[in-house]
Amino acid sequence: MDLVNLSLGNGAAIALLGYCVVFLGIVMLMLVVMLLCRIMIANQKKEAAKAAASAPAEAPIVVVPAPASLAPGTAGDLKLYDTDPKDAAMIMAIVADTLGKPLNELRFISIKEVKD
Amino acid sequence: MDIIGTLQKLAMESGFAAFFMAGGWKNAVMILIAFVLLYLGIVKKFEPLLLCGIAFGCLLANLSYFISQGGTNAMYHPELWEAFLDANSPYYHSYGHIMANAGLLDFFYIGVKAGIYPSLIFMGVGAMTDFGPLLSNPKSLLLGAAAQFGVFVAFFGALLLGFNGKEAASIGIIGGADGPTAIYLTTKLAPHLLGPIAIAAYSYMALIPMIQPPLMKLCTTEEMRKVKMEQTREVSKKEKIIFPIVVASFVILLLPSTAPLIGCLMLGNLFRETGVTDRLSDTAQNALMNIVTIFLATSVGATMVGDNFLQIQTLFIIVLGLIAFSISTVGGLAGGVIMYYASGKKINPLIGSAGVSAVPMAARVSQDVGRRYNKTNFLLMHAMGPNVAGVIGSAIAAGFLLSVFG
Repeated sequence: MDLVNLSLGNGAAIALLGYCVVFLGIVMLMLVVMLLCRIMIANQKKEAAKAAASAPAEAPIVVVPAPASLAPGTAGDLKLYDTDPKDAAMIMAIVADTLGKPLNELRFISIKEVKD
Repeated sequence: MDIIGTLQKLAMESGFAAFFMAGGWKNAVMILIAFVLLYLGIVKKFEPLLLCGIAFGCLLANLSYFISQGGTNAMYHPELWEAFLDANSPYYHSYGHIMANAGLLDFFYIGVKAGIYPSLIFMGVGAMTDFGPLLSNPKSLLLGAAAQFGVFVAFFGALLLGFNGKEAASIGIIGGADGPTAIYLTTKLAPHLLGPIAIAAYSYMALIPMIQPPLMKLCTTEEMRKVKMEQTREVSKKEKIIFPIVVASFVILLLPSTAPLIGCLMLGNLFRETGVTDRLSDTAQNALMNIVTIFLATSVGATMVGDNFLQIQTLFIIVLGLIAFSISTVGGLAGGVIMYYASGKKINPLIGSAGVSAVPMAARVSQDVGRRYNKTNFLLMHAMGPNVAGVIGSAIAAGFLLSVFG
């Protein structure tokens, strides 16, 4: 096949083959990635089960400190659950921007990462 | 002293006199095109980081060639590169000949010719890309494949318009919406078309917010556009570290011609995710990326000399590029619609258009269009999956075309 001066028939065949190769390659890659994800999730579950088994039967008592007196002008403490302070700052800035209100007029009580 | 004679000599040696020499008008037109591209980059902000460099490279090459008529003052010498590519020339593939006679932009262009800059840009892209959304929903890889449809339609369209196989492959890859990949493939297969292909690729990437929304509206119903997607699962650090190693190993074994692009993309991503190579990741994302962008843009711009650029072929490439881009978008959306039905209407097909690479612009368009129809919808992270899959898909498409025509 003359690949430089390609006939239209050969060109169409190469185009079709090319698209199939891309699709096939991606499908195979997807299967590999899915397999990888399954292995990792199974490992995570195993580790979590092990950790739960080795943990003491009763949950430790959490001592909640009495609230300290607040600084003038503060809106109180913000509780973060599984959230970086950096991410929290970003979220608060986005919310303030979306609502069109200054950040110091809003009160955030807690920010929690929602997991599946 | 002959004052008038001296002034006449100076005038004849100036670049302005060259306007009236044979073919001088072509360089003058290219200088005007460089001004237009500078305007688009600076005022209209069309991919300014690249377009400013491309436009200025074009300006420098044409000014210097214009003045010295290809002599030693020229910054870029197309004739040296023609000899480099001519199998009958004594200087065929002779970098020594290039280096002995090169101008500054010829030296820069060696990095393009050797495929160094596009690969390094891919390393930076890898270091900037979070593959988490793709890992949390691996099926989105399919949308990255569906959106390569335009590559092969435009390839066939180029054949219909009389381009040869290598040129058609280079034109088709514009549909991948991936500048470095387009440059990499074109340099290997049809270097004489590099200027128009690079301009077309980057222009359409800049025009994504204008090109894609009408097609998104055309290919989907309002009900589809309103679908709110569920939150993706959390991806562990370990998965993110293993991913680039697995992808590089698998894709390179599958299509060895993708090695420079996929290899560098995944190396950059590994730097990002390991947690022990932060300095390298930072360099790849910022300093290296910026330096390479300067070299890449100016040297690609330098290839836009009048004789190569001012041809009817350039117009065909611009039109075919738009067709490639649009059909790729439609391909991705069609994939999205199929997944919408296959998933029981849980997937918003608007994320399919992000399957054309153009990270993260295409994902942002999915987000913007999605929010227009459902204010509570956040499609950005869902669209990032197909978006980064598009980078891998276009690299595989380029690898296929390279292995067939290279």
